[in-house]
Order: sequence, then structure tokens, then C-alpha cells
Amino acid sequence: MQDKLILRVVAKWLIPVIILFAFYVQFHGDYSPGGGFQAGVIFSSAFLLYSLVYGLESAIKVLPDHWLKVAACFGVLLYAGVGVVAMLMGGNFLDYSALASEPVAGQHIGIILIELGVGITVGSVMLLIFFTFARRVLPK
Amino acid sequence: MSLLVNIVLLSFLVIMAIAVLRIKNLLAMAMLFGLYSLLVAGLFVVLDAPDVAFTEAAVGTGISTVLMLVTIASVRDSHEVENKGRNSSLALLLSVVMGVALMYGIHDIAELGDPTAPAHTQVAARFIESGQAETGVPNLVTAVLASYRGFDTLGEVTVVLTAGLGILLLLLRSEKPRVKGKKKDAG
Repeated sequence: MQDKLILRVVAKWLIPVIILFAFYVQFHGDYSPGGGFQAGVIFSSAFLLYSLVYGLESAIKVLPDHWLKVAACFGVLLYAGVGVVAMLMGGNFLDYSALASEPVAGQHIGIILIELGVGITVGSVMLLIFFTFARRVLPK
Repeated sequence: MSLLVNIVLLSFLVIMAIAVLRIKNLLAMAMLFGLYSLLVAGLFVVLDAPDVAFTEAAVGTGISTVLMLVTIASVRDSHEVENKGRNSSLALLLSVVMGVALMYGIHDIAELGDPTAPAHTQVAARFIESGQAETGVPNLVTAVLASYRGFDTLGEVTVVLTAGLGILLLLLRSEKPRVKGKKKDAG
């Protein structure tokens, strides 16, 4: 698909918008529909479009597999880490109220952090799955 | 208005399901599945569940369609066999029995929006009353998912990671899996 001019131009304009929308969904999930899971999927779909239009190699150059693997594990660790920090600060596991002096402020910090963890893991796992599948496609 | 939208969406859903069943081209089938997911996402919006609709649209329409297309592209050279003339009466019977069982099951589900349904009288009322004050998050779905049910969501994220790791383990092998005692495949 690398020689399709219209696709290339449209994708070039769309990809930043998709990534921006993913960040909006990620960090505005407290106020509007959305959250880490949706944001991760939208973020990965931007790179999916990139690799469909510009080729798999150039997408892997931007996000190499080993970084994606690290990111996937980091997301889960971030989530569980928030729980452990809450325990260390005197609450129960994943009890965000203990994270700050005000319970509501603690809840806010906790929710933003764990949503970030969800987003990172989901986005990188989706991309990893896609890259792994796409490498199986035989060269024409 | 919502009834009209529902009727249009549901009838398109039925048309799409029949089309998926009847079509022979795998590529077109994958695209139709994506459209099917998009219609379901529309239905979720009508049911006031934008968070679920979001997920359905992103995962069902976007990612899984692309994954299906990639899978079709990677197995394209293997032969597609059209099974003709096979006895399908057993499958039909099974489908009818399953459908009747589901219909019977629907009987017990509370009516949509029924305020006396168990789902609305138990813990949901507490979330609605004090959720915003306790978490400071206006979107209650996020409050429930991330805070009240934080442990469940941790499990879900772990499931996503595990699925990714499983796919990596299965597909990143350098050679095809060999059956013990068999000689290596020439192809």
C-alpha cells in the first residue's frame, strides 16, 4: 500500500489527530466516557494505520518490539505498584484514599495513575499482537 | 425516536448477520464483522452506555477487524475448502435448541430500566449516592472500574498482558512445532 498517494497524505493528517484523541480519552476519562482501555486501543490504532500505510518496518522503527514488551509489563507494574504504595502509606491494597492527605485527592491520583497503567499495557499489547501477526504475512 | 433508531440498527444487525453467514469471501466477511461491531456499538449508545460503545467501536470494529485481515493475509496460500452436501440437520437442531434455551433465559431478565431490578436496588444505589463524593470523579463508570472495582481491573489488565505473552510465545517460534516421532515437514 506504500505507493498510494491519497492514503499516505490522509494518514499523515489523521495519525496525529488519532494520537491526540487517545490522550484526550486517557486523561479525560474521569469526566467523559473513556479511560485507559479505550485510550490504549485508540493509541495503538494510530500506529496500526501507520504500519498499514507506510509499511511494517517503519512502524517497528518507531516502536521496537523490546520497548513494547517493557511497556506492556510496566503498565501492569504501575497499576500494582499504586496498590503497594497505598499499602505502604497505611491503607489497603489499591485503597487510593491513603495516597494523599485528602481522601478525594488520593483517589484522583490513584485513578489517573492506574488508568495510565491500563492504557500503556493495552496499547503496547495490541501493537505487539499486531506486529507479531503481521510478521507472519509472507512477502509477496 | 430511540425506537426508530433501535429498529433500524437491529434490522441492519440481522441483515449483517445473515450476510456474514452467506458470504464466501473471507475478506468481505471480516469487513462485515467490523460493521456488525459498529452497529452493536451504536446500540450501546442508544442504551446510554457510551463507555461500552467506545470499547466496542475501538476493539470490535478497529483492532479485531485488522487482526482478522492480517490473519487472512498470512494464511492466504492455504487452501479454502468449501464443504458442500454435508449433513447440517444436527447443526440446525443444535442451533434451534440453543436459541430456545436463550429465549427461555431472557424471560427472567428484568425489563430495561426497571427501577426495582436487583441490579439497581443493591450496590448500584450506593455508588450513585456517594460515588462522586468519595472518589471525586464525575464519570461513575470510571469511578466503579478504577476505584471500587480496582482489583478486578488489575486482573483484567493482567489478562491482557497474559494474552499478549501467549501470542508472543506461540507465534515467535523460529520453527514450526513438530509432532514427536514425525519427520520434519518438507514445506
